[in-house]
Amino acid sequence: MSTVELSGVSHAYGRTQALRDVSLTVAPGEVVAVTGPSGCGKSTLLLLAAGVLRAQSGRVVLTGTDLAGADEAARARIRRRSVGIVLQFGQLVPDLPVLDNVALPLLLEGHAPREARAAAAGWLDRVGLDVPPTTLPSELSGGQAQLAAAARALVTGPLLVLADEPTASLDTATGRQLLDLLVTSTTAAGGSVVLVSHDNAVAARADREVRLRAGSVVHEVALS
Amino acid sequence: MTELHLALLAGAPRHGYDIKHEHDAWFPDSRPLAFGQVYATLARLQRDGLAQVVETRTDGGPERTVYALTEEGERRLRAWLAEPAAAAGSGADEIVRKTIAALHTGIDVRGFVSRQRASHLRRMRELQRNPPGAGAAEQLVREHVIAHLDADLRWLELATELLPSSGQQQPLRTATERNNP
Repeated sequence: MSTVELSGVSHAYGRTQALRDVSLTVAPGEVVAVTGPSGCGKSTLLLLAAGVLRAQSGRVVLTGTDLAGADEAARARIRRRSVGIVLQFGQLVPDLPVLDNVALPLLLEGHAPREARAAAAGWLDRVGLDVPPTTLPSELSGGQAQLAAAARALVTGPLLVLADEPTASLDTATGRQLLDLLVTSTTAAGGSVVLVSHDNAVAARADREVRLRAGSVVHEVALS
Repeated sequence: MTELHLALLAGAPRHGYDIKHEHDAWFPDSRPLAFGQVYATLARLQRDGLAQVVETRTDGGPERTVYALTEEGERRLRAWLAEPAAAAGSGADEIVRKTIAALHTGIDVRGFVSRQRASHLRRMRELQRNPPGAGAAEQLVREHVIAHLDADLRWLELATELLPSSGQQQPLRTATERNNP
């Protein structure tokens, strides 16, 4: 079973066609880079794969579930259990301390708070974010917020990690370390990673590159 | 440079003087091609059956020998453009030569850029998976290679943005068309 499978997916924002008839299958353990210039549809593809956006046409099957037949609550549940998302600016919950932000996916799944926070603290340590656990997102730099978002994405041991420009706010060395962690910790457990980026060093971490231009796939090559 | 001369002959039969000027127009920011090199290369191409003399013109001035690509020459040119350049620092000039030659001759330039990109990304991936030694010198050498690969990749992205769409590009003329302009 593929981790995620998009078949003939199209999506428009009003009159702007963001994606046209795009198909992408990601196998368990596979790392795929989605690249292309700004506005080519990379982020839309990621949000569709995560079930955050609903495909206007075509089909998205996420860890075996056809998202067309799933309501918002069901999609949120699949996302929480199986998907870790890292967005460009972290997108942390502003009122929650960083430790609770990272523990949140586990808390929502009903894990005991103590256990969830211990796991969160472990991941904050692994991503290298050394701040007091009570720090609020507004007190973090852009790079720190991105590290916290990565810890939050990995805390559930997801089958699929979707990362949109995961290293954009980080210096080169920290970016490489984070990328290593996202890829190795996910694939070691048989999970898959989709990296959306215009950074060649990020694309070069993937097993396969899918390049988009104006909403369509223009090139797809195996790198491994 | 042999294959680049084949690309310069691909549009139409030319004499040495024309080839030099065509080359300098293709690469206006590079060192101009020396006449001596052009004539030496043309003689070698003829010897190897990659180009042939089709005409001797005088046009009121000095006698000029006009060369045209042979079918073997065209095969060689296509084979050159089918292969990405070495994904190392020294391959940089060759990438520019191949991309510009593909653009001018109309031989599958999108395919070339795509293969070159894949070749560079594979090399970058290989380097990322094999960390350099711990010393500052080893790391600097490695970073230099990665920075150059990245610069080439960015240039290839620009090429992709500026390329004519496949329908707009002129196909390469056949040997018969080329030799009877």
